[in-house]
Amino acid sequence: MSSRGSTRTQSRINSILSHAALVLASAAAIYPVLWVLKMALSPGQSFDSSPSPIPEAISFEHFIAVTSHSDSAGTWLFGHQLYNSLLVAITTTVVGMALSCTAAYAFSRQRFPGREAGLTAFLLTQIFPGVVMMIPLYILLDSAGLLDSLVGLVLVYSTTSVPFCTWMLKGYFDTIPRDLEEAAIMDGAGPWTTFWRVILPLARPALAVTALFSFMTAWNEFILAATLMNDESMFTLPVALQRYVGEYQTDWGSFAAGALLVSLPVMLLFYALQKHLVGGLTAGAVKG
Amino acid sequence: MMLLLAPAARAQEVTLWHSYRGAEQQALDTVLDDFRGAHPSWTVTALAIPYEVMASKLTTTIPRGNGPDLFIFAHERIGGWVKSGLLAPLDEHVDEAERALFLPQTIPPLQFQDKLYGLPLAFKSTALFRNTKLVPRAPANSAELVDIARGFSREGRFGLAYQSDSFYFHAPWFFGHGGELFSTEAAIDYTGQPFVRSLAFIARLQDEKLVPAEATGALVSSLFNSGKAAMVLSGPWFTGEIDPSIDFAVSPLPTLNETGLPSSPFLTDEAVFVSSLAKDTTSALDLARHLAGRESALTRAIVGRQVVANAAAWTDPRLRGDAVLSAFRAQLPTTVAMDNRPEMRDAWEPAQLGLKKALRGGTAPAVAAAAAAARYRAITRPLPPKASPQPYILLAAVALLAGLGLLLRWTTGVVRRGEARSAVRSWTWAGPATFATLVLVFLPFLVGLVLAFFAHRQGDWTFVGMANFIDILLSRSYGPSQPMSFYFALGVTLLWTVLNVALHLGIGLALALILNRATLRLRPLYRVLLILPWAVPNYITALIWKGLFHKQFGAINGFLELLGLEAVSWFSSFGTAFFANLCTNVWLGFPFMMVICMGALQSIPTDLYEAAEIDGASWFSKLRYVTLPLLRPALIPAVLLGTVWTFNSFNIVYLVSGGEPDGATEILISEAYKWAFTRREQYGYAAAYAVLIFIILLGWSAISARLARQAESNA
Repeated sequence: MSSRGSTRTQSRINSILSHAALVLASAAAIYPVLWVLKMALSPGQSFDSSPSPIPEAISFEHFIAVTSHSDSAGTWLFGHQLYNSLLVAITTTVVGMALSCTAAYAFSRQRFPGREAGLTAFLLTQIFPGVVMMIPLYILLDSAGLLDSLVGLVLVYSTTSVPFCTWMLKGYFDTIPRDLEEAAIMDGAGPWTTFWRVILPLARPALAVTALFSFMTAWNEFILAATLMNDESMFTLPVALQRYVGEYQTDWGSFAAGALLVSLPVMLLFYALQKHLVGGLTAGAVKG
Repeated sequence: MMLLLAPAARAQEVTLWHSYRGAEQQALDTVLDDFRGAHPSWTVTALAIPYEVMASKLTTTIPRGNGPDLFIFAHERIGGWVKSGLLAPLDEHVDEAERALFLPQTIPPLQFQDKLYGLPLAFKSTALFRNTKLVPRAPANSAELVDIARGFSREGRFGLAYQSDSFYFHAPWFFGHGGELFSTEAAIDYTGQPFVRSLAFIARLQDEKLVPAEATGALVSSLFNSGKAAMVLSGPWFTGEIDPSIDFAVSPLPTLNETGLPSSPFLTDEAVFVSSLAKDTTSALDLARHLAGRESALTRAIVGRQVVANAAAWTDPRLRGDAVLSAFRAQLPTTVAMDNRPEMRDAWEPAQLGLKKALRGGTAPAVAAAAAAARYRAITRPLPPKASPQPYILLAAVALLAGLGLLLRWTTGVVRRGEARSAVRSWTWAGPATFATLVLVFLPFLVGLVLAFFAHRQGDWTFVGMANFIDILLSRSYGPSQPMSFYFALGVTLLWTVLNVALHLGIGLALALILNRATLRLRPLYRVLLILPWAVPNYITALIWKGLFHKQFGAINGFLELLGLEAVSWFSSFGTAFFANLCTNVWLGFPFMMVICMGALQSIPTDLYEAAEIDGASWFSKLRYVTLPLLRPALIPAVLLGTVWTFNSFNIVYLVSGGEPDGATEILISEAYKWAFTRREQYGYAAAYAVLIFIILLGWSAISARLARQAESNA
């Protein structure tokens, strides 16, 4: 009895400490974001400079201005740009995941000539600084006729996210015990069936992480998108957001409102994906 | 002019790029609709481009024939654009009589090497805004200005607020003290008396706390709107930021008592330019004339609140009666036009450096000015001598042949060993990803590599062999232990990378471990809150962090003062400025590592923990012997690539410390960006930096690939 009692006290202390750490970390995470909210909600450009992140007056004018942004012909640009952003980010995620899952499977499970070189090549693509790559990339996409097209953007973004996703998934696949696949192969399953029916379901946590990463790669990028796209109705949201930054003056209210709107889908996606990141998924599978 | 518009029968397509928004965009739309009404057969497309990418977009698109026919921009880049062949000269089309239609001061800024490029639409300069309740009468000279400021400034209130650490806003004091552009070979004579005295002048105002330190545009408007700033030095754009409850007036800047000279602000022309590759120069010019014409100017002035350059528009009573626009019009005769030569753009970084150094306190103005002069010499390094490309071509050919030979030997080896079948099978899995990545990365990479052997100045490429590398590695302009030298920046970069990755991983892993406890309540809430720093676009949150570290108004100093500690001037010394950058980047980056760790933790079967518990293992030994070893394979890629990304992430340094103090917190990649995009676009030098970064990271990745292999064989 007494030992159970002390365990209970122990676990209560643990729980209090955990909550204390999490509350502290969450407060640190939120404070600057509350500032963004304050800028977004303060009417005009009138947010004050006190340390308090609570706005003195509340107005939704910036949110309304951002979401109703239209061009002179009456095209609802915000709608178009939201659609572009979603389309590009989702397609990037799907394409990037498809490419990197298959590649990671081969790198994890098969030993073949060129394997090491392939893995290293992925790494090399990440280490050359982008500073001198913009113009060559532009010329490349121009020659391929992929300027001002969402396909071009998806292609660039997918290849940006593929190296990390491949390495990440390969690392995770490595931790999945091989006996599960061997059992499947004994039952007559080919590599494709094993991959699709055994490996992928077990790798759900890693798939969730890489999906989120791919989505984010495409979702927040604006420098390439602004260079490759000319037409305002082809812009993605981050490019549209950058329009509030001017030469002499920045419309902080609208920029902040837009930034919060841009982060909403990410939060929703994460909320939807997080059930795959909850404890004890593989335990049952390994036992089974 | 109206006659020129008359033949509207031609079917024309004209594309116009601009960066206007709000009222100015509304005015432009109205003006364009008028044009469309008069030319029903024309297709006029106007595209709004974010200001920050406009210049680089123009230099990328126009040479490829994808640019606009016309664009609206400030005049100061004309020299560079002409040298890169982006602009069509307008001398043949625009005669003296037509030039006389504009205010006389607005034409010379659009001329470069005696040719006219562009028609002026509006002009911008700073002037003096004042809260009329606090300052009923505008100061006539600098002594009056200082007196008013002294009378008003106390605890949190400032007589004059403006972005004092920006040279654009500082210019009136420089010219007021007798400064001139290009009085020496450099655009600004840094060690000359006018520059030094101007630094002393403003440093004194700031020492007396008459002017707030490190003021941003947002802080200036916040102070003015809350009645805490009596006067503001700003431009026409500031009018839109003033709260309707504030009564204000604008007047030209006062003369300086010491010299009797006017405090002249910089003049910027906003003009419409015709691209050298415009589909049809004549029709592009038709539209340009319409935009610059009197009727359009009136719309732009009344709807868009622009200070228009069209002289005839100023005969309209609505413009003459407008106190704000008239004040800027009255400021025009004493402005100094921003020089449009490419050399002018070299002058900014040193000027800004000297200004910030003087304002930081503790440095005599003459010393700050000398530092500015030294920076100027470093960034305008002499062009390296031309080298013969032959030995390099030969070397490249040999390397290519050797590479091909190795590839051939490897392939035959694979076939001979009978591995061809397995290679083909596996590469059908891994090939698509590898191929797609290599195509889009390999070619740009190769181009970057080649560029590193050239020197670039404004469109001229010279082959200089290894000179860029030698200059960087010998650290000619600065000693190896001084900021801006390659070795100093390398040290900062290493420190930056190691600390960031360690903190990202440490905090991320700790939070993931806590969140992994199944019994914990509110887990979904914590998770979503903790991901916020990753989700919100970092451009804005980084700038908010910069604000939190503000010397006078930042929340962090507020908190320190609450604890009875002394406020810290964060961006004045290397340690604290580096700390500010680090805090921001750790805040931005830990959620990513947390998510990675959350995913990776799922790969550990719970029965291992159960077994460990039965063995009576403590929490720590479970972490040490179960969690960490089993996390390794999934974490290695994150750490490896996280390192590379942190090494190459320039935007946080750029946005938060901006390299302060004196470029000490600059990392290698942000130096490379400065060489590529400011400092007269020395792409070759920037590319050499990029290649050196590549080589360093190549070494790192060779080490880490070995670690990864070890993890693989352990798994």
